[in-house]
Amino acid sequence: MKTGLVYTETVVHAAPEQFAADAPYQLAIVSLQEGGRVTVRILPESQRGGRVQIGDTVEWAEDRNGVPFWHKV
Amino acid sequence: MRDVAVVGLGKTAFGAFADRDLRSLAVEAGQKCLADAHVTPSKVEAFYLGNFAGPSFVGQNHLAPYIAGAMGIDGVPCTRFEAACASSGSAFYHAVASVAGGFNDVVLVTGVEKMTSQTTAKVTEILAGAGDTSGEVRAGATFPALFAMIARRHMYEYGTTREHMAAVAVKNHANGAKNPLAHMRKVITMEQALAGKPIAEPLTVYDCSLISDGAAAVLIVPLERASEFTDKPVRVLGTAQTSDQVALDAKDDITTFRAVRTAAEKAYKMAGVTAHDIQFAELHDCFTIAEIIATEDLGFVKKGEGGPYALAGHTGLKGERPINTSGGLKSKGHPVGATGVGQICDLALQIRGEAGERQLDRCWLGLAENLGGSGATAVVTVLGAA
Repeated sequence: MKTGLVYTETVVHAAPEQFAADAPYQLAIVSLQEGGRVTVRILPESQRGGRVQIGDTVEWAEDRNGVPFWHKV
Repeated sequence: MRDVAVVGLGKTAFGAFADRDLRSLAVEAGQKCLADAHVTPSKVEAFYLGNFAGPSFVGQNHLAPYIAGAMGIDGVPCTRFEAACASSGSAFYHAVASVAGGFNDVVLVTGVEKMTSQTTAKVTEILAGAGDTSGEVRAGATFPALFAMIARRHMYEYGTTREHMAAVAVKNHANGAKNPLAHMRKVITMEQALAGKPIAEPLTVYDCSLISDGAAAVLIVPLERASEFTDKPVRVLGTAQTSDQVALDAKDDITTFRAVRTAAEKAYKMAGVTAHDIQFAELHDCFTIAEIIATEDLGFVKKGEGGPYALAGHTGLKGERPINTSGGLKSKGHPVGATGVGQICDLALQIRGEAGERQLDRCWLGLAENLGGSGATAVVTVLGAA
């Protein structure tokens, strides 16, 4: 199971056309335990998720159309 | 290398112009510039164009000869430069290199973007193409989102606050209100800036630059020939372009723009000046946090002190180092491809003493910083009175 720490995050309100239906959604850059960083989506509360902050431990939940979704541990 | 001078300036107003197309904006700026330098199109030896996304915004490619041809510039090299929001800063850098190196004497550099014919969601999507579309953009990042994540980390590491960022917006709107060519000539209050609609938290609509149409142009020649064109030449003392990773998640430290630091080092060295000597600047405030970080990366203040420096008023029109007297991208507007050359025009206007209500007293050494993407391209230029 991939885990990491939230390096930074934002909640996007003004989305690009293809993600307009998802807004608002949280995006985070995660510092991976194995090294390196990755930009991921955070699962919303309605899907076993919830908002995360810098320093929170997060883990990979699933990939949807090639987009990694993570959630708080 | 030969010394280079800016001898002509031309700008359109920046704004949302439903009845104007890309070419007519670029032609207007170019013609104003040539008239300012008292030259005819037939004297132009090369045309350098900065444009980010004309093919996506208006469906036109092969833009440099398309615009040059409409101006009567013919039979010379006409080339488009694309470096995201630093497109025309990059065109300027390369044009200066061609004059300094002796390839050309009389070179027109124009920047243009026509953005407002698309919806905001579509513009957001096109702009996101300047990020890493295989990673961050695929995950849902927009440019406001990338700079929001930069802001969050800067707040976390240095205690920067939303008030610090709002102070940049208030100051730039106050300046832009005095600029007859600015897109949004509206004074705003700190309360308004803080209560703006969220775009990407913690950024509100007042932290974000505008979606604008517009064009800007400068004519450059060898300094030794400047008097043939103008009695108020402005000298290009130093200019440098550098690069960094495109993806934000590939950068070690996102609270600094490494490309800005390296470009500044080179430009300062070429100009024989230090950060301390710079009296005023046009900085790339695509988002308010970007102006704060630029003041740090350029060495105007220590790392982490950019926010308090802005809030204290040191960067205002009456401050110790005025920044974005034009109104910046925030209020003047940000027709992406026009921004880099627009900054050169605004610095030169001050140095020539033609900045009207915004005119500074101490303005013989100015700096422009033009940023592409989330910092993958930076162009830093130092201009001075000749």
